[in-house]
Amino acid sequence: MAGNDERWLDAEAGPVVRPYALTRGRTRHSGESFDLVATVVSTQELVGDPSSLGPEHVSVLQLARAPTTVADIASDVDLPLGVVRILLADLRELGLVAIRAPVTMAERVDKQTLREVLNGLRGL
Amino acid sequence: MDSGAFNSSGAGARQHRAIKILLAGGFGVGKTTLVGAVSEIKPLRTEEPLTEGSLRSDSTAGVEKKTTTTVAMDFGRISLRSDLVLYLFGTPGQQRFWFMWDELAIGALGAVVLADTRRLADSFPAIDYFERRDIPFIIAINCFDGARRYDPEDVRIALDLDPGLPIIHCDARSRESAKQVLITLVEHVLTHAPEEPLRHSLR
Repeated sequence: MAGNDERWLDAEAGPVVRPYALTRGRTRHSGESFDLVATVVSTQELVGDPSSLGPEHVSVLQLARAPTTVADIASDVDLPLGVVRILLADLRELGLVAIRAPVTMAERVDKQTLREVLNGLRGL
Repeated sequence: MDSGAFNSSGAGARQHRAIKILLAGGFGVGKTTLVGAVSEIKPLRTEEPLTEGSLRSDSTAGVEKKTTTTVAMDFGRISLRSDLVLYLFGTPGQQRFWFMWDELAIGALGAVVLADTRRLADSFPAIDYFERRDIPFIIAINCFDGARRYDPEDVRIALDLDPGLPIIHCDARSRESAKQVLITLVEHVLTHAPEEPLRHSLR
């Protein structure tokens, strides 16, 4: 990739379906924006009309059964972050998931959390 | 946002805290190696649409004119406790990736600039970026086999860095060393993040 001006070919370029085809061409998601490490959790509500959901929506929803993050989901479904964000926003609109801003979003990580992180790292 | 729905779901009763640490540096400086040494590394890519200017359009019109750029990020996850997870994000430090950095930097604990003394200039953009945004960072010099080992103070002068900024040597392949890099960063942030207002970098 280095020195090749970001032109990825063949397998490197990802799936044959252009990622944004999954979002019907949308490149911006609806509603409030959310962080890469925002916590996502399925509300466990039954889907009113599951036919409106694509298979990727369902995969995302399954991953959110236990609280997880946007980045974890994107990695696990192997779709680009931008696409996963749109799918998540769709699910949020339908009331199927709740997305909560990370605690750290406010500004800087507080001292207490920093100490916990430090202790955690030392104990690794 | 949506906190009521979140709390009532039960599954998320325990507060899940996700902490971001950024890892910057030029190509081939060892970012992926370092992330892999200390965390469970996962693939993560972004395919971001690049729009000219701030084209405001929610319709599909014009999508075909947009180009996308794919960025593979180094993404690592360290579970410190069941409710406390550290996320490492490494992306190239070049300016053309800053659209990623702007998002990654929000709320981040801090950053590590991984440097190679044979190509110190590669770390300039990342250093400038973090200094300008007041994001606490440290320099970790990845000691490549056969590369001359420079005194951290020489590196400080070469990079024109504040006296209080930690500069350490590391071996990105070693788990212990990578761990020490993160510990150094957190200690640095801890000493500079008291209740008093954020200190602006001395420039």
